[in-house]
Amino acid sequence: MKAARFDYLRPADRAGATVALADGDARPMAGGQSLGPMLNLRLARPGCVVDISRLPELRGFEERPAGILFGAALTHAEFEDGAVPDPTPGFLAQVARGIAYRAVRNRGTIGGSLAHADPAADWPTALAALGAHVHLAGPAGTRELPVEAFILGAFETALVPGEIITGVFVPRRSGQARFGYSKSCRKVGEFAEAMCAVLVDPESGTRRLAIGATEARQVVIADAAAALSNPGGVDDLLRAAGLATDPAAFKLRREIARRAIAALESESMPEGQSA
Amino acid sequence: MAGQGQDGERTGGEGAHRGVGASVRRKEDARLLAGRGRFIGDMRFPGQLEAAFLRSSLAHARIKAVHIPAHLRGRAFVHADMAGVKDILAKTGLPGFRVSAQPSLANGKVRFVGEPVVMVLAETRALAEDLCEEIEVEYEELPANVDMLRAAKDGALIHEDWPENVFLVSSIEKNFDDSVKNAPIRVTREVRTSRQCMAPLEGKGCIALFDRTVEQLTLWTSTQMPHIVRSGLAECLGLDTRKIRVVAPDVGGGFGWKGLLQPEEVCCAWASLKLDRPVKWLEDRREHLIAAANCREHHYVMTAYADSEGRLLGLEAEAHVDAGAYSVYPFSACLEGAQVVSNLPGPYNLPAYRCRTYSVCSNKPPIVPYRGVARTGVCTAIELMVDAVARAAGIEPYEVRQRNLVRPDQMPFTSITGKDFDMGDYPESLRRAFEMIDHEGIRARQKAGEADGRHIGLGYAVYCEQGAHGTSVYHGWGIPMVPGIESCGARLTPDGTLEVRIGGQSHGQSMETTLAQVACEVLGIDPDLVNVVHGDTAMTPYSTGTWGSRSAVMAGGAVASACERLAGRIARIGAHLLQAPMEAVTVRDAQVIGPQGSVTFKEVAATWYLAPQNLPADIDPDGLDLVAGYRPTVDTGTFSYAAHACVVAVVPETGEVEILDYVIVEDGGVLLNPMVVDGQIYGGTAQGIGTALYEEMVYDGHGQPLASTLADYLLPGAGEMPDVRIAHMETPSPNTRFGQKGIGEGGAIAPPAAIGNAINDALAGLGVEMTVSPMTPRRVREAVEAARAQPSAERQSAEGLAS
Repeated sequence: MKAARFDYLRPADRAGATVALADGDARPMAGGQSLGPMLNLRLARPGCVVDISRLPELRGFEERPAGILFGAALTHAEFEDGAVPDPTPGFLAQVARGIAYRAVRNRGTIGGSLAHADPAADWPTALAALGAHVHLAGPAGTRELPVEAFILGAFETALVPGEIITGVFVPRRSGQARFGYSKSCRKVGEFAEAMCAVLVDPESGTRRLAIGATEARQVVIADAAAALSNPGGVDDLLRAAGLATDPAAFKLRREIARRAIAALESESMPEGQSA
Repeated sequence: MAGQGQDGERTGGEGAHRGVGASVRRKEDARLLAGRGRFIGDMRFPGQLEAAFLRSSLAHARIKAVHIPAHLRGRAFVHADMAGVKDILAKTGLPGFRVSAQPSLANGKVRFVGEPVVMVLAETRALAEDLCEEIEVEYEELPANVDMLRAAKDGALIHEDWPENVFLVSSIEKNFDDSVKNAPIRVTREVRTSRQCMAPLEGKGCIALFDRTVEQLTLWTSTQMPHIVRSGLAECLGLDTRKIRVVAPDVGGGFGWKGLLQPEEVCCAWASLKLDRPVKWLEDRREHLIAAANCREHHYVMTAYADSEGRLLGLEAEAHVDAGAYSVYPFSACLEGAQVVSNLPGPYNLPAYRCRTYSVCSNKPPIVPYRGVARTGVCTAIELMVDAVARAAGIEPYEVRQRNLVRPDQMPFTSITGKDFDMGDYPESLRRAFEMIDHEGIRARQKAGEADGRHIGLGYAVYCEQGAHGTSVYHGWGIPMVPGIESCGARLTPDGTLEVRIGGQSHGQSMETTLAQVACEVLGIDPDLVNVVHGDTAMTPYSTGTWGSRSAVMAGGAVASACERLAGRIARIGAHLLQAPMEAVTVRDAQVIGPQGSVTFKEVAATWYLAPQNLPADIDPDGLDLVAGYRPTVDTGTFSYAAHACVVAVVPETGEVEILDYVIVEDGGVLLNPMVVDGQIYGGTAQGIGTALYEEMVYDGHGQPLASTLADYLLPGAGEMPDVRIAHMETPSPNTRFGQKGIGEGGAIAPPAAIGNAINDALAGLGVEMTVSPMTPRRVREAVEAARAQPSAERQSAEGLAS
């Protein structure tokens, strides 16, 4: 299928984008890796597509004492390739290199992934575990939300009309921090059927766990000490989240969560560093 | 069985052998790898319109009204506008076959989601799709037939003049005596293979235009069989065949999907005549997935009888094939069903057999023969069954196969269904696979267990693949085509280079290379100086086309025949130029060689074309441009065969399956080009892995397809392909020109069986035995859960031991 007719605008800066997006029939597009197919299938029919992928304000990064604020239009590939610094010991590149295929990573953006809010996508779950915040700008000004507050449900976010994601703030983590990330995909590059991310940072006492690839928003446990310390903890957590009704699916999620937790010990150190 | 033709053995270096058996690099890659191929999607004619089809949104419904806005008059067409165009009729002569009339645009009724209802033409496809949205179709929905087992029994009638939703019932009974039912081992299994889409890289596409200079309707189309499309189109449009030319440009994979006449082709051809403008249609991936290219959906209930040593005593089967709503032209709705009946016994020496197969009509797209055709389903069914027998007997599945395979001392062998196995050593191919996969090592490793807790399993599958079926196989069917003598045109050009012209089409088979190698083998001419012309009815002799693993045998044989005939004519002229008697000259290395010297093809051609005054008065006037024909000495087909073996690792908790090792021991007779054969096997195996683990076209209860993009219809990618190891045996066929056999489909036949058996082997300890493909992680998890929920005593009785 071919997309229905739409206008295409590429404003020069964020102010221009805000103006263009004031039209209620306009829709922002960054990498277009989800919106593109939806346009072609005529499932999305905006009157105007506003291309924000090259806005200078969305393409940079800003080092802050507590972390790094990344421009929303940075691509997965830029994280994968280390083209931007990482406030964690390599966790962002680890997540990025597992997203879809390289062709998707070359164009797809971190902000676009959050805005699309596919429950099975990598960034929403991984960034929720990493305690990231989403920076938004719209007609009413700017605001910040934790990832788990930004994503309201499957394909549903706190974005209001005319508002865009401008950046993602990822907190700095110590060299002792560990990150376990596991997902089950039917094939390389496919959306996950089960997913879990765990962050442990002894320096700040952080123990966060996020479960993705549910039918709804990510399950985020801010203090996952119980799940991390005893083997039955994951079961309790999945039951509490209502993810234990189908026994076969429950066992898959449990196995993936166990792998993520096990990976804290084995896989989370970047090359060249020892635990 | 000499090991000629091993990759690299006869290649490399100046003057190396470049004929039959050499791994000559693909000539067609010079354009294809540089992105310079020309496909339908690359083509545009002046004044061209593009078609979009408004397709049925329901699986089964009567059309009450089609509302087309007045401003679309002359741009939007329905069935009534195409008055005079005949329905596509793919009949068979088989007794009891029910004929489905397939209109090119729906006529009063729709029978599957995606059936074309209105054709809309515009300057661009996007615009045509916009216009489609202005059209409204009113339907009266009817109950949809989604499950073939129910459709055959009491479903709402799809073709209302039929008594039941069944195209044909095929059956056979050979030596089956009820005493076999007292066999010590009796195993019953239900096996199901899911509906698939073929998914070539390039979808279907066509452009129809009227060429005034030759007064011919030219249909450029991505087809495997231009001459058959020409005949079918002429029939539908009521035109003389001479009024139609069909040309296939570069075609990006077919696998069977491009081996039929499609309603969209008929519509575009009709519209181009009606409007006197070129009309193009390019299938997109969504159309491909929901409206077309469906295949593979089989259901089997089988009982195998064996002695306590695992020797098969008999097999009883009832099978259903979901053939979809219409019978496709030319292969009909019954090719699969008939192949199920005749191929289910596989390469085994089966003493007694009874099988009944229903080719069921359903509210889904017509089933189309896909690489391997029914043999993939059949191989899955019988090979899962052999493993079930082995488990019941407590004997290694490998050993049970060895005890039942047709032995070389029995060759040539007529199977219980009358298949003439030409030559080969099936047990030896299996034995080599056993060695290559390190059977004993894997069994030891299984005992030791895996450090990562995964379960590993070993699976085998053996099959033989009938290819290049000839007249005696097809004439009894009464379908619209019967393969006969294959023709080739050969022409020495004025500069002494060569054109060979064949009526098939090369769309990945590498025929531009391999047939040039055949010419090289006969004439000694460098393959680089040979053009293989194909895919154009105006330039090539008639052929049923490229299908059924037939081209190496049939086109290869025809090119050899034509080159031999040409060699005779070249020799006469050469002998005259050499002043030598005809008997004293030979044709070799693109020269005529006499006792006292030689002349090159270039000199011979120059004499014939440019200096005819130098020819003898009594020269054969037929010259250096001819058509010659070929058929094998026995035309029931070649039987290549292979043993596949694989090792998988399975995680019971997640259902994840990883293929750790995969080996294939294959016998394609003499290989025209071993590198090309390996490529065919790799490609087929990738598709077989798709069948085994990934691909499934799911329908809901209303007949709505649930996969409309490749995000939902999963194809294996590079990441899912194991490093397949191939070994060749080369038992020449006694019936073909060079001893070659058809191997084009084989790779796609055995993987679901080998992988399925390996998964079952891995999970045997948990009491799991899966019989539905694809074996997705969800199915594996659910099977593990179900086995855990079932008490072990029940599990044992379900093993089906009669004692």
